[in-house]
Amino acid sequence: MTFFRVIGFSVLVLLVYTGFANILPQVQSDPPSEEVVETSGMDMPGMIAYGEKLFSGKGTCTLCHNDLGRAPDLLAMDLAADFSERQEDAGYSGAATGKEGAAWVEAYLHESLVDPSAYVVPGFGKKGTNDTQSPMPVVNAPPIEMDDVQMNALIAFLQDRAGFEPTVALPSAADTPVAPPAGSVEAPEPLAANGVEAIDKFFCSGCHDLEGSEADLGPALNGISARMTRGEVMSAILEPNAVIADGYEADIMPADFSAQMHSSELILIVDYLMGLPQ
Amino acid sequence: MIRIKPKTALIATFAVAVLFLPEIALATGADTGGVLEGAPQPTRADYPQIGGISARTLAWGLAQMHLFLAAFVLAVPLFSIATEFMGVVSRDDRYDNMAREFMKITMAAYSLTALVGGGLALALFLFYPHLMGYMMKVFRGQTLIYAALFGLESITLYVYFYSWDALRHGNRKWVHMSIGLLLNTVGLSLMFIANAWTSFMMSPAGVDAAGAITGSVWEATRNPLWNPLNLHRFLANIAYGGAIVGGYSAYMFLAEKKAETKAHYDWMGYTSNFIAILGFLPLPFAGYWLMAEIYSYSQQMGITAMGGILAWLFIIQAVLIGTIMLAANYYLWSGLMRTDRGAQYTKYVKYIAFVIVCGFLVWVTPHSLILSAQELQVLGGTHHRLLGPLGIMPAKNTAVNLMLVFTFLSFQMFYRSSRVPTVSWARAGNTVIIALYIVGCMNIVGAGIYGYITPTVYKVGASVPQVVSTLMIILGSVLIDSFMLRGAKSEKIHWGRMHERSQYALFVLPVAFTWLMGLMGYIRSSLRTHWHIYTIMKDNSPEAYIPTIGQAGNTITAVTLAFMAVMVFVFWLSRLGATKQAAPAGQE
Repeated sequence: MTFFRVIGFSVLVLLVYTGFANILPQVQSDPPSEEVVETSGMDMPGMIAYGEKLFSGKGTCTLCHNDLGRAPDLLAMDLAADFSERQEDAGYSGAATGKEGAAWVEAYLHESLVDPSAYVVPGFGKKGTNDTQSPMPVVNAPPIEMDDVQMNALIAFLQDRAGFEPTVALPSAADTPVAPPAGSVEAPEPLAANGVEAIDKFFCSGCHDLEGSEADLGPALNGISARMTRGEVMSAILEPNAVIADGYEADIMPADFSAQMHSSELILIVDYLMGLPQ
Repeated sequence: MIRIKPKTALIATFAVAVLFLPEIALATGADTGGVLEGAPQPTRADYPQIGGISARTLAWGLAQMHLFLAAFVLAVPLFSIATEFMGVVSRDDRYDNMAREFMKITMAAYSLTALVGGGLALALFLFYPHLMGYMMKVFRGQTLIYAALFGLESITLYVYFYSWDALRHGNRKWVHMSIGLLLNTVGLSLMFIANAWTSFMMSPAGVDAAGAITGSVWEATRNPLWNPLNLHRFLANIAYGGAIVGGYSAYMFLAEKKAETKAHYDWMGYTSNFIAILGFLPLPFAGYWLMAEIYSYSQQMGITAMGGILAWLFIIQAVLIGTIMLAANYYLWSGLMRTDRGAQYTKYVKYIAFVIVCGFLVWVTPHSLILSAQELQVLGGTHHRLLGPLGIMPAKNTAVNLMLVFTFLSFQMFYRSSRVPTVSWARAGNTVIIALYIVGCMNIVGAGIYGYITPTVYKVGASVPQVVSTLMIILGSVLIDSFMLRGAKSEKIHWGRMHERSQYALFVLPVAFTWLMGLMGYIRSSLRTHWHIYTIMKDNSPEAYIPTIGQAGNTITAVTLAFMAVMVFVFWLSRLGATKQAAPAGQE
């Protein structure tokens, strides 16, 4: 009898813990998917925008470079003034000397990315190293694994933030696309580059009369900008069953486009649809 | 010719073994001897798929079960020998009998540990052959030493247990305890080796950036997280072993009918709870060190643990530790009824309970919440304006330190309830102890407030004076009590005078500890994210993701339930072994 009482009691306690674990927010963390970015022909504004995306995304820079004091807050500080002082600092042990202005910033930032301990901002070194070792990971090595184009984009973004004209080399045809090593992970589909590509990728014309498809499973979208706002079109794509047009059925259009589409593709599709004539 | 007595030779051999065994085990293959090729990078297709078996869940379940059992069978001999030593010093046979009974439970669990360990090894080699092949190359001969030590562990364990009565008195007792010491040395060496493999996967050393072996086995062993993990697991094992034996005592207390036997198991339960709390008190500090070393090794890894999706798990951890604290304290308060003087202390229980419940509530308060847009709008941000500040480390450090101090106070009350000091300076001694508590608690709260106004990087530093204050209160009180209670008038302790509810509180400890260990294992393993070996070898298997808290909770519960069922079965077996059938009439 004691055996069953004790087991029953254990099960009860365990159920409480399990229940608690199941009512908390449930988030599954997938391995990072290597986004294929077409950098061929990318101009400098494109590089700056790409760098900004890397800064908060793959580079994981914002994990430490924020206002919590783990590393200098790059988005809040005066980069031009701070960077120029570092060359003269006694703690600087790097080799990117003898340059000025944007060229110095480019050389200094590149060195910081591949050899973070070349200069450690006072107070931000590893504990016990007297600011001679930086806790920052080398960004072109695992786990971050940025390539040269990505590092250049990051530098362009920071040069721009510092008020300099970016001086980094633009990507050449040989640099693109940025793809994962063959066979290591399943390569994701490439991002759509324009509205037509995005419409084709998500097969919108299979149900709507688009691109001359004459499909009628969903309502025709010509002149939609006169009937709906941009926000309503976006909502209709992301939550297709929220509002059903007269004469059409629910649950026909996939409800998981929010998971399938990159935000840039959603914008391309909405732009395309809002531009359709009557 | 020099004649060496067999006894001297035995002691010398033993001393050499104790001193050098860990060195031999950990430094095997000290030559680099490695091949200068990187770690394998298997693609998804390279991972064997067998039927619908989830390789990760299988390996996870077996690893967790092996760890539960191993932690128990390694910890119990540690405090068994300490109890045996107490029996020798105090000349009280009860300690010796209890130490033997501790070992009796271990014996039943030992073969299961080996069985599950073998299953785990098979599962790993079957489903993760590239990873295991690489690990074998890195640790080379050490794996053989591990196997040999396992054999030695078996021999010493059996000899230690079965020679108990044969080597019970006089000098023979010292021989017996020497065997116990050897058993513990071997056991700890086994744990240190296993920890080296685990910590290598988190913070690889002795290899280059591509995983090519560039250093010795010792370098791979002594990776940055090895020692913090060793200390953390060592203390956790003691707390865990104490909790499991406490569960055994509770089970026996509930099952037995005779008052004398109940008294024995009540005393055993009290001692086990004491051991569990003793191991538990320094555990948060060992945890801080481990986390600080993780941050030092990789700031990203640290932030993944404390600020990423795993941050929520520390809220569950708080619930579990809160349960442990409340259960342990409730058990201690119940114990006040064992003595006639205990009643005079019960008036303080409500205040201690208040502090512990408040500490628990602070600990479970999260800072930033994962919210929907609508919830964000209602709340006005990612954290609550008033409760949010309770979610950051200064508040939690203050809470946990106060909980530890007041748990110690519960223990001290019970200890005092059976002793009346007779020294002339008793009043002054009590005043100093009260002052220690007041000043210490003020310091803990003060340092907590300072933690709010200092930059993030110094917050960890602000916890040091809090820890020092807690330790000062505990050590200072123990020191003063040890002098003040010399020659104290002893009151009779009525062992067995406990209600059944208290035994369920004692049983909560092993359940909560087991679940907690499973949770911490999940967190530690998830810190590697999508890497088998962090930054060296990617996990490209189909199950390389970090599961949701719910999924993890379900798995941990399943394994914990299996483990508790095994343990209760072992308790039942142990009782069965002591049961004698009465001879049929006419055959006496």
